[in-house]
Amino acid sequence: MKKISFREIIDKTSEKLIEINHKIPEEIKEYIEIAYKKEKEIYSKKYLKIILENIEIAEKRKIPICQDTGLAIVFVEMGLDVDIEKGEYKTLDDIINAGIEKGSKEGYLRSSVVSPLERKNTKTNTPAVIHYILTEKDKFKITIISKGFGSENTSRLKMLNPSEGKEGIENFIIETIQKAGSLPCPPLFIGVGIGGSFEKATILSKYALTKIGNKDSEYRKWELKILKKINDLKIGSGGFGGNITALDLRIETYPTHIAGLPVAVNICCWAHRIGSFEI
Amino acid sequence: MKRVYFPLKNEKELELLKIGDEVFINGKIFTGRDAAHKKLIEIINKKEKLPLNLKNSLIYYTGPSPAPFGKIVGSIGPTTSKRMDRLTIPLLKFGLKATMGKGERSKEIVNAFKKFKVVYFITFGGCGAYLSQFVKNIKLVCFEELGPEAIYELEIEEFPAIVGIDIYGNNFFDKMKV
Repeated sequence: MKKISFREIIDKTSEKLIEINHKIPEEIKEYIEIAYKKEKEIYSKKYLKIILENIEIAEKRKIPICQDTGLAIVFVEMGLDVDIEKGEYKTLDDIINAGIEKGSKEGYLRSSVVSPLERKNTKTNTPAVIHYILTEKDKFKITIISKGFGSENTSRLKMLNPSEGKEGIENFIIETIQKAGSLPCPPLFIGVGIGGSFEKATILSKYALTKIGNKDSEYRKWELKILKKINDLKIGSGGFGGNITALDLRIETYPTHIAGLPVAVNICCWAHRIGSFEI
Repeated sequence: MKRVYFPLKNEKELELLKIGDEVFINGKIFTGRDAAHKKLIEIINKKEKLPLNLKNSLIYYTGPSPAPFGKIVGSIGPTTSKRMDRLTIPLLKFGLKATMGKGERSKEIVNAFKKFKVVYFITFGGCGAYLSQFVKNIKLVCFEELGPEAIYELEIEEFPAIVGIDIYGNNFFDKMKV
């Protein structure tokens, strides 16, 4: 049994949340640098240059890259041989939320979480959306995405007919990006979830966003083919035209029912604020 | 590079602006997004007096992150303008002359902006840290209870933007579509 203290989870969650909001991961920055070099359309190129400057300023001044510091999406990968010392907290959700609240306050993140109907701000950026993945042994890994909602709002799910197959999936992805246009702050990162059930496909699409930067994918060839089709839409950075609308796309799959083919497309802006830690 | 000052001294200044023009915005502007727009419209529907003077003004769709100790403001980039489309039209007859945000807007907005001679400025999405450099002062105007969604008055200097919709009914995003 591995013993993990609630204090360590809170502190590391808080630190990681601040870090990803002030400093974009190197591999995400690299995608943008490459796009800046490649882009020829003048408005898009100028925007990409400002994005790179913005990343530098945020890091130097220790302020968020984007004022929409997002809704915290947390993936917890946890083995069965982990024992959590819980202190005064009742659940692991409570412990993680305590970390999100601490990080939001200390990192000067915007309070962006409200009750859905009354729209009352919780002022703590909690509750986070937390997904648990049970693994083996004593693994304990937390991945946080600070998910902006300009892009989240343009994400979609469709229950395709199985006979529509790969072509149907491609068409739905392209249609979703086309509809989103300039709204989600392109150039984009795209997570695609295929299979499972109605809810499983959407969680897979979010999980696919955690795999951006890791080129080792079962579906790499297909991903690159779809990416090319998306870039042929010429939406460009900020919707200003040009050859780069998306920076990368990742697919995650899960077995599904004989009658169904769920497909979820989760769109993320260029400011993909993601990070993880293990204890 | 063209320069515009808000509140406008003379609305004819907008006649010089064409889609795609890169501009620097100066002066005093308001912030406002979903919740604040909703409140303004409730006030208008009740035929009560608005808590701010919209004449010749610009509304910037943003909800800034909190200012760290010793700084004027946190990150202050644009939010998606399209969500404000339906909420913008009732404000036009109060003299609102410009809006600023990110992304394309509806045909209704393009038409209404032509009719009321209003300009839409696009600024750089996700670049709130960069854009904070051009904000020299921030002051609460109303709806404090909305937190980051309250209406603030910003004093800005050389704030960079692109003309997205001009008073002649032209839309930058239509032009950029192949």
